[in-house]
Amino acid sequence: MSEQTEHLSGGDMLIRALQDAGVEYIFGYPGGAALHIYDAIFRQQRVEHILVRHEQAATHMADGYARATGKPGVVLVTSGPGATNAVTGIATAYMDSIPMVVISGQVANEFIGTDAFQETDMVGVSRPVVKHSYLVKEASEIPRIVAEAFYIASTGRPGPVVIDVPKDTTDPAQLFPYEFPDSVTLRSYNPTTRGHGGQIRKAATALLEAERPVIYTGGGLVQGNAGSTLTSIADMLGHPVTSTLMGLGAYPGSKPHFLGMLGMHGTYEANMAMHHADLIFAVGARFDDRVTNDPAQFSPDAKIVHIDIDPASISKIVRADIPIVGPVDSVLPELKRIVNAEMARDPSRPDRVALAEWWERIARWRAEHGLDHDQRHRNGAAGSLLPQQVVQAVYRATGGDAYVSSDVGQHQMFAAQYYHFDQPRRWINSGGLGTMGFGLPAAMGVQFAHPDAVVACITGEGSFMMNMQELSTCMQYALPIKIINLNNKALGMVKQWQDMQYGGRHSHSTYRDALPDFVHLVESFGHVGYRVHDLGELDAVMADVFGEKHKGDLVFVDAHIDPDEHVYPMAIRGGAMKDMILDRAV
Amino acid sequence: MRRLIAVLIENEAGALSRVVGLFAQRNYNIESLSVAPTEDPTLSRLTLCTSGDDSKIEQITKHLNRLIEVIRVVDLTDGEHVEREMMLLKVRAEGVMRAEVKRTCDIFRGQIVDVAESLYTVLLTGTSGKLDNFIRALPKTAIVEVVRSGVSGIGRNEKILGL
Repeated sequence: MSEQTEHLSGGDMLIRALQDAGVEYIFGYPGGAALHIYDAIFRQQRVEHILVRHEQAATHMADGYARATGKPGVVLVTSGPGATNAVTGIATAYMDSIPMVVISGQVANEFIGTDAFQETDMVGVSRPVVKHSYLVKEASEIPRIVAEAFYIASTGRPGPVVIDVPKDTTDPAQLFPYEFPDSVTLRSYNPTTRGHGGQIRKAATALLEAERPVIYTGGGLVQGNAGSTLTSIADMLGHPVTSTLMGLGAYPGSKPHFLGMLGMHGTYEANMAMHHADLIFAVGARFDDRVTNDPAQFSPDAKIVHIDIDPASISKIVRADIPIVGPVDSVLPELKRIVNAEMARDPSRPDRVALAEWWERIARWRAEHGLDHDQRHRNGAAGSLLPQQVVQAVYRATGGDAYVSSDVGQHQMFAAQYYHFDQPRRWINSGGLGTMGFGLPAAMGVQFAHPDAVVACITGEGSFMMNMQELSTCMQYALPIKIINLNNKALGMVKQWQDMQYGGRHSHSTYRDALPDFVHLVESFGHVGYRVHDLGELDAVMADVFGEKHKGDLVFVDAHIDPDEHVYPMAIRGGAMKDMILDRAV
Repeated sequence: MRRLIAVLIENEAGALSRVVGLFAQRNYNIESLSVAPTEDPTLSRLTLCTSGDDSKIEQITKHLNRLIEVIRVVDLTDGEHVEREMMLLKVRAEGVMRAEVKRTCDIFRGQIVDVAESLYTVLLTGTSGKLDNFIRALPKTAIVEVVRSGVSGIGRNEKILGL
């Protein structure tokens, strides 16, 4: 140890270690067990702490920040209720493999297990929804634990890591030599850095020989920062591309070779192509049940090539014929080199004639029931808009270039269907856990990461009300988020299922007379509110909202939409991917 | 199908709870679990007895490997291996049964490790099947208490499960 070694308290070491890990923002909420840490935050300037209004929102902000930047989001909460409030956000990040480090205060080591005030076994409570967790036993471990936590959170298949910090380990009176590790090595954790060369070669051959291929991309392609490589492979081969909800934007959504999202509310052409394919090239996707429908009837003729960083995702639901375990940012460039070389060597591959026939079939599906041609594009009931029209107006007003967060439900599906993302990390939504209340705080995290970017939150009144207290945080930090509230005065997706499967019995999915006046509500926080229910004024409102006029304002648009609109297509339960309900008449 | 899975894991607080938690969370079955530190006190060795078809076992080993503190996972039933379990029983040993229990114990190469006025405490090691057979060989009413260690296993031949 050099003579210059500083001696710091545990609390100061924790914050210094966060600085040394490159942290810009901590999203947090103070409380008793975290007060030594909060004092350490007060006495420094390098890391900015954002005071939220509820710990769940802190985790979603950190999550939004992580999704938009690829860097781990950081959360600080106190023990007990602070920690348990954070759990939903941790689970959200876990299901979507988002890098996050959550620091929770804990009662002092000597009180652990005594049912002390605000004591919760946070390591135990969070265990099923973290990639890893630590309970600090000795203050001297703090720098090492922080370094390991960031390494684990952001390598391999990313995920949240919890560090539970008992109050005695942050005691300002006890000083320890501080040194932040230059690098981390763990004998028990060595994520794969390269795919198997022979398997990659086999995958290249399969791609070159396919006559009815579909490239099926997922969130792993976004997380692995390999969208552009995949795009060049797809374009080189002339293969169609579809994406999961989580993967949108990794392959540009406005390209003609993009079939749209697949799955339960995926496009007709994407699901039909998946069902009839002879090759499915899955990249960083996990064959989720919202994609495959009945796995036993999944793509009966297709050979499956599957790249994933996590071996446990491969052959979990659908058996892969050519599995490749490895990070997409090393596997795809290698695959691209091989495909390139093979195409130069043998110009007869891929089979352009077969592919042209395949594209003709896809074009027919698209023409019959694609989103643009669909008969459902009638007008909404009098005095209301169609939700699709609102999303399309947002798309036009933002030139397709905004960061868009969403909550969960019908509005999420409409946003995914009608906002075409041309870049990864622009579409910020809770796909795996499906967490209502995610949209606003996630948008806030994105806005902190990119202060000059246009950030829109497409939400519904049900989801919005789950974390609307954060309007106050937006006021404090002057966040100019544009909230587009698709207000159907109901829990739309629940109501849709009740319409379709429960004889229209709307059990607790409406609250017609008990909604606030949202315009006045946001105005009370110093924000700007609009109300719109007429198609004729929709574009003018959006131009105002996203124009110079409100550049620095948080604007809330309460868009009154047809309460009876459903999301289509919709997978028929227990069927194959080709089995879809296309409109209400069926 | 019954499988024996050996796991080498960091000997740290909370590591075992992650293994057990994984089985509960993912609806996998644990028939037995034995665990103790190895000759290297920083490492623990677990032997897990579970059951499932090939795809389930594949998922179990993959998910075990995913745990940060897990260093190695081997399905011992994939190859030749040795497995043993230890059992301690308290058996009624009164009257004619006193000699009968002793005889049965000798046949199974068990040891009587404690003697009380009306009970013998028997120690028996072997495969789980042998232990089951011993229990079946005694009259049901004779057995008053049973404790089994769960199976421990190790690969045969030159195969080593280490760092």
